Amino acid sequence: MAGQIWAIGEIADGQPTKLTLELATLARTLAERSGTEARTVLVGAGASGAAAAAAAYGPGVLAVDADTTGLPVSAVVAPRVAALVAERQPAFLLVGASNDGKDIAGMLLGLTDLPLLANGAGVAWADTAPNVEMSTFGGKLVTHSTFAGTRGMVIVRLASVAAEQASAPGSVEQVSVTVADELPAVKVTGSVEESGAAAPIEEARIIVGAGRGVGSPDGLKIIEELATALGGAVGATRAVVDSGWVSYGQQIGQTGKIVTPALYIACGISGAIQHKVGVQTANTIIAINRDADAPIAEFADLFVVGDLFEIVPKLSAAIRARKSGSA
Amino acid sequence: MNIVVLLKAVPVVGTERLDSNFMTDRTVQLEANGNDEYLLEKALKLTEAHGGEVVTLTVGPAGAMEPIRKALAMGTARAVQVTDDALRGSDMRATLDVLAAALKKMEPWDLVFAGADTSDGQGGVLGAALAVRLNLPYLSYASEIEPTDSGGVRIHRFNSTGYDILEAPTPAVVMGTQLLGAPRYPSLRGIMQARAKQVETCTLADLGLAPETVGADAATTKTLDSAKPPERAGATFVREAPDEAVAKVVEFLSSRRLI
Ligand SMILES: Cc1cc2nc3c(=O)[nH]c(=O)nc-3n(C[C@H](O)[C@H](O)[C@H](O)COP(=O)(O)OP(=O)(O)OC[C@H]3O[C@@H](n4cnc5c(N)ncnc54)[C@H](O)[C@@H]3O)c2cc1C
Ligand SMILES: Nc1ncnc2c1ncn2[C@@H]1O[C@H](COP(=O)(O)O)[C@@H](O)[C@H]1O
Repeated sequence: MAGQIWAIGEIADGQPTKLTLELATLARTLAERSGTEARTVLVGAGASGAAAAAAAYGPGVLAVDADTTGLPVSAVVAPRVAALVAERQPAFLLVGASNDGKDIAGMLLGLTDLPLLANGAGVAWADTAPNVEMSTFGGKLVTHSTFAGTRGMVIVRLASVAAEQASAPGSVEQVSVTVADELPAVKVTGSVEESGAAAPIEEARIIVGAGRGVGSPDGLKIIEELATALGGAVGATRAVVDSGWVSYGQQIGQTGKIVTPALYIACGISGAIQHKVGVQTANTIIAINRDADAPIAEFADLFVVGDLFEIVPKLSAAIRARKSGSA
Repeated sequence: MNIVVLLKAVPVVGTERLDSNFMTDRTVQLEANGNDEYLLEKALKLTEAHGGEVVTLTVGPAGAMEPIRKALAMGTARAVQVTDDALRGSDMRATLDVLAAALKKMEPWDLVFAGADTSDGQGGVLGAALAVRLNLPYLSYASEIEPTDSGGVRIHRFNSTGYDILEAPTPAVVMGTQLLGAPRYPSLRGIMQARAKQVETCTLADLGLAPETVGADAATTKTLDSAKPPERAGATFVREAPDEAVAKVVEFLSSRRLI
């Protein structure tokens, strides 16, 4: 039987992240197709505690408890996963495209001899190896890639698959790993919370995007009101983030986040390629822009030509009225 | 403080294409990878404030010279370019080997700066891989980079609620984000001075690497096919006055069960 397929998970607040459950689901499906076994690997503080939740999504969890106090997560996870890979020789690894996930995948590229395909937006099984779909060059092309050999590592984006529980929960194996050489020391000496942390955009069903057209922090308020009326989150272009009105965590695009909401309403956004790449797979896209020739017309479903300062407040009011049943 | 900035030369954003073997065509006009320019800017600021020099390292074809020259005009002291026909079609592993070998040859330096990812590859992994390969500390997603009193490096690592403060001794590898600040434009004086600056080109042989370990034939990954993505249906335009327009949007949202 071919080597196993592993999902390398992440833990947040003592639980596996949503992306982890998606990877576990994906590893399970690929393993079923290829006639091998899947495992979800959780490493770090609270790995055993998070294992049960992850085990619902795949046939087995390998839980490696390890202290991460004062250390970057990746510096703890990567050498332990590398040691496990050397010992158990899995065939393929799926790693999440989060910041920590990409750090871990990069470290594994340096620590193991596994080839790497980054930026996977979908993974299917083909004969002897995964077939990885990617959105290339800002979404201009959809490409499929694979490995030359029968081992490798794929970085998988959020929402590439829907997390689905397995018919029966899997087993949990607690593993202790000895790492011969820890990575060179990096110390986390502090942590700063910035006030006004907005609703996260990664998992939002509805996102209202603010572009340079909002003009000022005051203009942003009407965007926030629309998001609130719709029960969604506020996203932004780099132009707005650079102005300091919205935090970098809300930036959508090449250097920001890639999101796939059911609805995206782009307000005062031109639709530059670096922004488009972050949101083009949204189910429905509405643009509100006074310039009917803005490039966002190429990927919007509905394009409202007009001044956002006139339209957005009225739209918020209409949605609130409808939701309270008075429309 | 001497800093090496890893500067990838990428096809001008929007003009990228694949060749007949599904490899990125690098004979088109190349520009500096946008995300690397934030690091370049930060490196220039740091050396202006604390002394030392900035050198760029680029693995790429002849067309990379234009962005390398631009960096010299912005203020880098010199540049190293690894270029070799055998590199065509290299995978990430080969690029990693070449960058690691070049950095070894360029020693001593205090910091290596890598961008958050590339517009033509979207990997976001080479900084971490290099740090591990060179057995150096790795600090990532920096929104701020500064020297410590003890000769080390301190960064702010951006996260979803704010940032963590990370510290390590040097030499170290730092990956940074756009939060480091927008890159400067080359000045006329900078452009003049750049002409006298040196670009050292080296081949695989200069780095002691065998050509058969890199390039398309040695690639551990391969692209099988490419297609245009399914077209979106195209936008329906709403040009009515605000009240009417809003009514149309509400109707549209409700027809798609979004409200
Ligand atoms: C390396 C690199 C990485 C990048 N990464 C990202 C990224 O991750 N995300 C990102 O978003 N960008 C990114 N960019 C920047 C990108 O190229 C664009 O500059 C940016 O997306 C433009 O933002 P915008 O649409 O808000 O502004 P603009 O392009 O200035 O568009 C403003 C729009 O608002 C409209 N408008 C103005 N006033 C009104 C009004 N009153 N009512 C209605 N409409 C109005 C205008 O018609 C215009 O279309 C990146 C660029 C580089 C070089
Ligand atoms: N060919 C290259 N030459 C120089 N630097 C590179 C090259 N490829 C990648 N890099 C650096 O590594 C970073 C991450 O690249 P990647 O992991 O390929 O997205 C880039 O932002 C660059 O700083």
